[in-house]
Amino acid sequence: MEGTIVKSVDYNAYFGDNHVVKNVNIDIPRNNVIAVMGPSGCGKTTFLRGINRMHELIPGATSKGKILLNNEDVFDMHPIFVRLKIGMVFQRPNPFPNLSIYDNVIAGYKLNGIKLPKAEKDKIVEHSLTRVALWNEVKDSLTKKGSFLSGGQQQRLCIARAVAMEPEVLLFDEPTSALDPISTSTVEELFHELKKNYTLIIVTHNMQQAARVSDKTAFFYMGELVEYDETKQMFTNPTDIRTQNYITGRFS
Amino acid sequence: MDTSLNNDLITRPDSMLGRVISSAKLRDAVKGIKRIKRSHRQIRTENVFKKTLVIVALSTIVLVLGIMVTLAWQSTLSIKASGLGYLWGKVWDPVQDIFGAYPFILGTLLTSFLALIISIPFSFAVGIFLGEYFPNGLASNFLKNTVELIAAVPSVIYGFWGLAVLVPIVRSFETAIGVTPVGLGIFTSSLILAIMIIPYAASLARSMIQMVPSNLKEAAYSLGATRWEVIRSVILPYTKSGLFAGILLSLGRALGETMAVTMVIGNTSLIPKNIFSPGNTMASIIANEFTEADHPVYLSALIELGLVLFLVTVVINMLGRRIIKQFTQD
Repeated sequence: MEGTIVKSVDYNAYFGDNHVVKNVNIDIPRNNVIAVMGPSGCGKTTFLRGINRMHELIPGATSKGKILLNNEDVFDMHPIFVRLKIGMVFQRPNPFPNLSIYDNVIAGYKLNGIKLPKAEKDKIVEHSLTRVALWNEVKDSLTKKGSFLSGGQQQRLCIARAVAMEPEVLLFDEPTSALDPISTSTVEELFHELKKNYTLIIVTHNMQQAARVSDKTAFFYMGELVEYDETKQMFTNPTDIRTQNYITGRFS
Repeated sequence: MDTSLNNDLITRPDSMLGRVISSAKLRDAVKGIKRIKRSHRQIRTENVFKKTLVIVALSTIVLVLGIMVTLAWQSTLSIKASGLGYLWGKVWDPVQDIFGAYPFILGTLLTSFLALIISIPFSFAVGIFLGEYFPNGLASNFLKNTVELIAAVPSVIYGFWGLAVLVPIVRSFETAIGVTPVGLGIFTSSLILAIMIIPYAASLARSMIQMVPSNLKEAAYSLGATRWEVIRSVILPYTKSGLFAGILLSLGRALGETMAVTMVIGNTSLIPKNIFSPGNTMASIIANEFTEADHPVYLSALIELGLVLFLVTVVINMLGRRIIKQFTQD
């Protein structure tokens, strides 16, 4: 299925009086990997958290404008429904420490009070863990606590947990910044697999990562979306001088 | 010998000696010696300070042990007279020198556990409200301080309030459900106790709930959980040992509370028939009869009650603190 899946229209986000995201208009095509990059404090993470309405959970945070998911404004939907459609993976791996690996994967169903027959749950767990290339590593220790896994495995478990809800879009907030290089490359390979079924929006601090994994790249600076283009175009021939300066390392 | 004078002779540039050997090196050396002397003095003060602290700290331990030893020592007369049967003896009749603690142990357990059952919903609600829903802000601070004030009100005031307000209410309630309308009794004491112990569990619950890592809560929210689902599935399981410790600490407080309970429990040494009967707790019988204990075995029997109460509360408090320690270490 081609076409736009997420679209923001004049999206603005604030923390109190602090205007962090300014008038962002962006079209995100289905089954693509979109990298969102920019220096610290440029509003990229806030924008990402705006997409699944996580931004508004912070006291004092407000927003204006529209975020369209399949042409429907997420602010007209119930936030729970939005978050079921748009999954999220965080900077630090955060499996639930009191749950087993198995229960972590189906945590979304448990949290939402959805009761499933055992066979169905088994299927979801195996399917989700296979999707994130973790099944072979953990299939014999599904009853162990999620916190026993290595950092990279924990992060893949968190991706599996998001994937298990069968969302349409997956948001990643600097997903590899807490991981070692080997785990990082495992997760990056995963992105290529995942984009067959989902649309991925990845906030990253790491330009090489943006260049490696994404189809399109958005560059944020001081709360504005400065440039948004095909990744190749962006890294070889950026139009805006600020993008150029950022890519060539004049500021970070 | 006053060394400082000598030093002065050397360091003063106008002194003879100073002029003779006024090399900068020597002057530095003298300064060094002064500094060492000063640091010797500092070390001495430090040692005295440390020793004082150790003595003060040790004396509190000695004090607690002393209380326990005294209680045990003074109870020997009663222990010899009644033996272990004291604990389950059902009759307390000082006139005939029959001492059984069972009515008071039962009274203590009944009032305390009833009070816990009544107060837990309130203290957890306050804890969740202050810890998760409104951790900051004017209203939250106001509620927090008010709840903490509950612990600061002298217990005799609760007793008065209980007599003036609660007893008539309970009495009309008893009339309505067809029990002998006394007003004073186990149930009224439990109500008073429940109010008094709310702050203990509530403030512990609040601080435990605030310690739940926000990334776990966010993980749950991102999976489409509602606030209630986050509380039920993330916050409560994560804090359950801390919440349990809060209950234990409240229990420790309820077991030993004396004044307010003595004023509203009805003071009878009979075994309570139901929760509306008047009775006595271990603490209230001691407060009530201590001044009337006119012969040694009677006095000793009361002190033995004190010993039992002391041991039970110590164990409960230690258990509670241990759980909190484990919780905060993870």
